Amino acid sequence: MSLKEKLISSFMAFENNVDVDHPVHEVRSEAMKNFEAKGFPTKKEEAWKYTSLNNLQKIDFSIFPKEVNALEYREVKKYFINEIDTYKIVFIDGIFSSNLSETTHDGVDICLMSSALNKPMYKQIIDVYFNKVASKDESLTTLNTAFSKEGAYIYIPKNKMPKKPIEILHFATGNEATLMLQPRNLIIVEENAEVQIIERHQSLTTNEVLTNTVTEIFAAKNAIVDYYKVQNDAANASLIDNTYINQKDKSVVKVHTFSFGGKLTRNNLNFYQNGEYIDSTMKGVTILGDKQHVDHHTLVHHIEPNCESHQDYKSIYGENSTGVFNGKIIVEKLAQKTNAFQQNNNILISDKATINTKPQLEIFADDVKCSHGCTIGQLDEDALFYLQSRGIPKKEARALLMYAFANNVLESVRIPELKTRINKLIANKLGVNLGFDL
Amino acid sequence: MLQIKNLHASVEDKEILKGINLEVKAGEVHAIMGPNGSGKSTLASVIAGKEEFEVTEGEVVLDGENLEDVAPEERAHKGVFLSFQYPVEIPGVSVTNFMKTAINEGRKAKGLEDMPANEMLKLIREKSEMLEIDRKFLSRSLNEGFSGGEKKRNEIFQMAMLEPKLAILDETDSGLDIDALRIVANGVNKLKSKDNAIIVITHYQRLLDYIVPDFVHVLHNGKIVKSGGKELALELEEKGYDWLKNQAVV
Repeated sequence: MSLKEKLISSFMAFENNVDVDHPVHEVRSEAMKNFEAKGFPTKKEEAWKYTSLNNLQKIDFSIFPKEVNALEYREVKKYFINEIDTYKIVFIDGIFSSNLSETTHDGVDICLMSSALNKPMYKQIIDVYFNKVASKDESLTTLNTAFSKEGAYIYIPKNKMPKKPIEILHFATGNEATLMLQPRNLIIVEENAEVQIIERHQSLTTNEVLTNTVTEIFAAKNAIVDYYKVQNDAANASLIDNTYINQKDKSVVKVHTFSFGGKLTRNNLNFYQNGEYIDSTMKGVTILGDKQHVDHHTLVHHIEPNCESHQDYKSIYGENSTGVFNGKIIVEKLAQKTNAFQQNNNILISDKATINTKPQLEIFADDVKCSHGCTIGQLDEDALFYLQSRGIPKKEARALLMYAFANNVLESVRIPELKTRINKLIANKLGVNLGFDL
Repeated sequence: MLQIKNLHASVEDKEILKGINLEVKAGEVHAIMGPNGSGKSTLASVIAGKEEFEVTEGEVVLDGENLEDVAPEERAHKGVFLSFQYPVEIPGVSVTNFMKTAINEGRKAKGLEDMPANEMLKLIREKSEMLEIDRKFLSRSLNEGFSGGEKKRNEIFQMAMLEPKLAILDETDSGLDIDALRIVANGVNKLKSKDNAIIVITHYQRLLDYIVPDFVHVLHNGKIVKSGGKELALELEEKGYDWLKNQAVV
């Protein structure tokens, strides 16, 4: 049985465990039909030209964990930003872990998707927001929609800001030989509200894990959202991240994606600007080795005038790793005075590493500023010699140059402890001590 | 301290140095002059160990040790310093962090612990004051957006921090106005001692008014064609290089 067939038959079992009379279930059923018709994307599709899901589909993934697994905090402490206090929404093999989590309903809702989907008090919000910005057409998104049941639900009312950042963590214990996870997050940030979110997927063993996640973010007028994705997973963990963001007037949404690990990672990051004076920012640092593969697909849809978007992705590819950057910017005819910037810089430190990078601009307005640039290079030999001539050994000099290359992406990280963490991850990934405090 | 014996060096099979002989003793200042393309910068890079240049014959000996196969960073640890003609811009690394890394790597090579933070700070303050470098300058990315003069001053600041045994100043005077030249030259002079040596590479007599050489060598077409005392520099200033080029043929 193929993975697609297995998913289709699992959907029936899934239906036994959810309220099929809930209006959301109609959404699920529709989505399942779409996935049944389309199946997994193939390399024949332009958007999947450089990322093949064939090998993953050969794995006989468990669709549901057989049992509820537990973890002690001390076992997984290092995966949290434990230097600071945070709200925590934690899942173990896809199931909510109340003992590792710290949720709240105190003025804001930082809780579970399952609650939001089941409890009548959330019905109105679910009706308005659920699956409203996520694609009803893209097959993996609809696959997630079909199985949507659990994940993070965050609602920040007008003028509110949670007291501390929120961490969303998904652990895979490896108690299952293989496991497919499909978390579904819904984040609503109302007018003048603000939130900081850190999301991480972490497998604790080398067993195969495939996560196909969908996050919907709604940023109302003047809302500020900082979203950090830390992708430093184990060697056999693959992630397909589908994030959809709907922005209203003067909202500012920044998504930082730090891709250092995992086997195959695909980020589909989609911004829709439904208002004026919106700022959308996407930043990424990718450092890969081994046979790792990361594919960043971004979309910014400039619909109304006077908005900005900023994209800055820096990547370092070593060994046999492969990378993709595809940045699509659409500027509608109405969207005059758009400023759209896109930058993708890559360093290949191995002859066997590959990057495919492509800007994709569709501009229908005439009074816009759009710039895009991509570079692919090796480390500058003159810069290396310069550092060496000051007594910095070649290995450290290379690392320092790579660190410097990635460093400016971190300037916009607004949680200092996270920034330090990421700095250390970068240094660690480059295999050296940089000789100064990070 | 430094002995260069019959040094031949090539880049991409093109021979640039064609048999250089030079001996530099502790406490001496040597000036190397010569027209563009004579091989001055190549000589500096070869002493510092740039891999792009292939030494095809002869040797560079520092304190009795042949430097062949010694990596640039190890040469730095042994006390060689090159002030670059064109210092490289490194965005993302501040001058301070760069110096901390360089100093501590040097200490590591000698089996020493990292320099304590307060000591490092004091050293940075002292040396930057000596070269009249603004504090703000030190937190900027290394050489990024620096003016020509700022870059050169930053090179001498690094030299002051690292206290090399053998400093090679490759056209440190180019891009400097007269005030900056004086500051830089004063800095170099303060660092001069009986235990170290300096090789000044320059086109012009101007710098040598401040950093007075014990010996002046003229490089032409990959060879030293004339050596003399400091008066040779004055003679060159007056006559140009042409009379020496003719001599070289003879």
